Amino acid sequence: MGGEMTEPLLVFFVLAALAVIGAVSLILQKHPIHSALSLIVVMVALAGLYLLMGAEFVAAVQIIVYGGAIMVLFVFVIMLLNAGAEERTSLSKMAGPPGLLLVAALAAFVAATIARSGSSVQAAAQTGALSSTKGISEMIFRDFVYPFELTSILILVAILGATVLAQREKS
Amino acid sequence: MHFLFATRDELFITIAKIAILLFIVLTVNAYLTWFERKVVAHIQSRWGPHRVGPHGLLQPLADGVKFFFKEDPTPAGVDRLAYFLAPLLALALALTSIAIIPFGPEPLRLFGHDIYLGIAPLNLNIGILALFAITALGVYGVVLAGWASNSKYPLLGGLRSSAQMVSYELALTMSVVGVLLMAGSFNLRDIINAQGPMPGHPDRGMIGWNIWPQILGFFCFFIAAVAETNRVPFDLPEAEQELVAGFHTEYASFKFAMFFIAEYTSMITVSCLGTIMFFGGWLSPFPASWTLTHYLPSVVLIPFGLWLVLDGFRYETVLGRVVLPAVGTVITALGLVFIVFPHVNAFIQAPFWFLSKVLLFLFVYVWMRGTLPRFRYDQLMAFGWKLLLPVALVNVALTSFVIAAKLQWGAK
Repeated sequence: MGGEMTEPLLVFFVLAALAVIGAVSLILQKHPIHSALSLIVVMVALAGLYLLMGAEFVAAVQIIVYGGAIMVLFVFVIMLLNAGAEERTSLSKMAGPPGLLLVAALAAFVAATIARSGSSVQAAAQTGALSSTKGISEMIFRDFVYPFELTSILILVAILGATVLAQREKS
Repeated sequence: MHFLFATRDELFITIAKIAILLFIVLTVNAYLTWFERKVVAHIQSRWGPHRVGPHGLLQPLADGVKFFFKEDPTPAGVDRLAYFLAPLLALALALTSIAIIPFGPEPLRLFGHDIYLGIAPLNLNIGILALFAITALGVYGVVLAGWASNSKYPLLGGLRSSAQMVSYELALTMSVVGVLLMAGSFNLRDIINAQGPMPGHPDRGMIGWNIWPQILGFFCFFIAAVAETNRVPFDLPEAEQELVAGFHTEYASFKFAMFFIAEYTSMITVSCLGTIMFFGGWLSPFPASWTLTHYLPSVVLIPFGLWLVLDGFRYETVLGRVVLPAVGTVITALGLVFIVFPHVNAFIQAPFWFLSKVLLFLFVYVWMRGTLPRFRYDQLMAFGWKLLLPVALVNVALTSFVIAAKLQWGAK
């Protein structure tokens, strides 16, 4: 990579910083709602990164599904349960140092992987044709139709399971 | 993504467009409140606002000034971040969604640039999805306001509305799938053009609009859209008798105004969306060969302007006797300009029809508010999940079947 600061690169760094700050804030926030808000920031920043790579459809779906549906559900449940601020027990305090070690190890592993395949990272930004709506639908509904249908059956089973469990609780 | 990084000229044009559109939308918002109060008043055999300015036309201005100067107390024990974020989020997202809407097909040639009506780039291939993405985030304004206020009524209102918006968002999204299947695109411009004259199809005017083959879809869309914007008869989140004012009970002054503007802006967005999806957007309801219909904008404007002039001279107050004839003269002159300059007339056709249809939608919104009683909460949920969603799904299945059948055995 050249040292030149192009506009896409600038936008990338802004979005990446936003995502990282959101993720760190997600862990550090004491209140569940604030954590959920941080997670929404991460989701939206990720959608921006997808858009930057030319994956318009994935970006929109990222916001609709993760930013909209799933996070609204999170916030809804937190509100419904009226969850208060997080309580620190001695065990959760103990989890800090090993967690930091694991984070460092994971970061080193990811960095090493990226460094080893420097060329393919740049290539990822140019898969515009594949990331179009038409390309994605052809992949899902033609090339990978059986795995896709299997996944949907799996999700259906999960929904049914959740419903059954909820019903048992009621009676 | 090249379209995000335009040249410097295009950047300035876009910023200018944003400023102009913002001004227009906020003005329309203000006068929408006037329009709503007037229409509801006349439905109920009242006069509505008529003290501030001629025909109450300065009432929105007075309201705006009032909002600015009201005391703005912050209740004790609020979650400060969420409390201040909520109205900002609601307003910002509502205004952003307008940016996706295209208002006309032809570019305006100015200073050597083609300036299209509408902020979003022409090739925004995820147009409708982007709109839904922004609407999906809009729920947070309501939810956070309800939760952060540290008060029971807003909390109940926030919970109700998040449940309602999530439920009806599903029906809203499914109801337009039929239209998307027919157009074969997410791009709003493509969706409009697919309803117009096509190679191989004769120009049939309003017969070609999506409202006819997608009447089921439109039924679901309209109901879900009203519910999504929290308007009567689905304004459960702010049911006065039960919840005071719902999620914005603890907001005052300009923060309340922000929620208010957000609600009206989303009404406008949804009306634009309905126009685009089902009523042919900027397409004229008449075939292009009926050239006489091109003078309809003038035929509407000139009599209206003349009536304003004549009626204005007889108005009670001096201000009215000056302002109303002046406005009437401007409108009449505008109508004459359209007749005299064919270029201007040709350009104005698309925005004229677009705005007329949006205005019709807004009128129906207000009409319903003046007519229908509110749903009960369990009825609302049952209606959304047990009727609207299945009907929308049936519509998707029917549309796909017809399209597949046409492809299989279609007359070529």
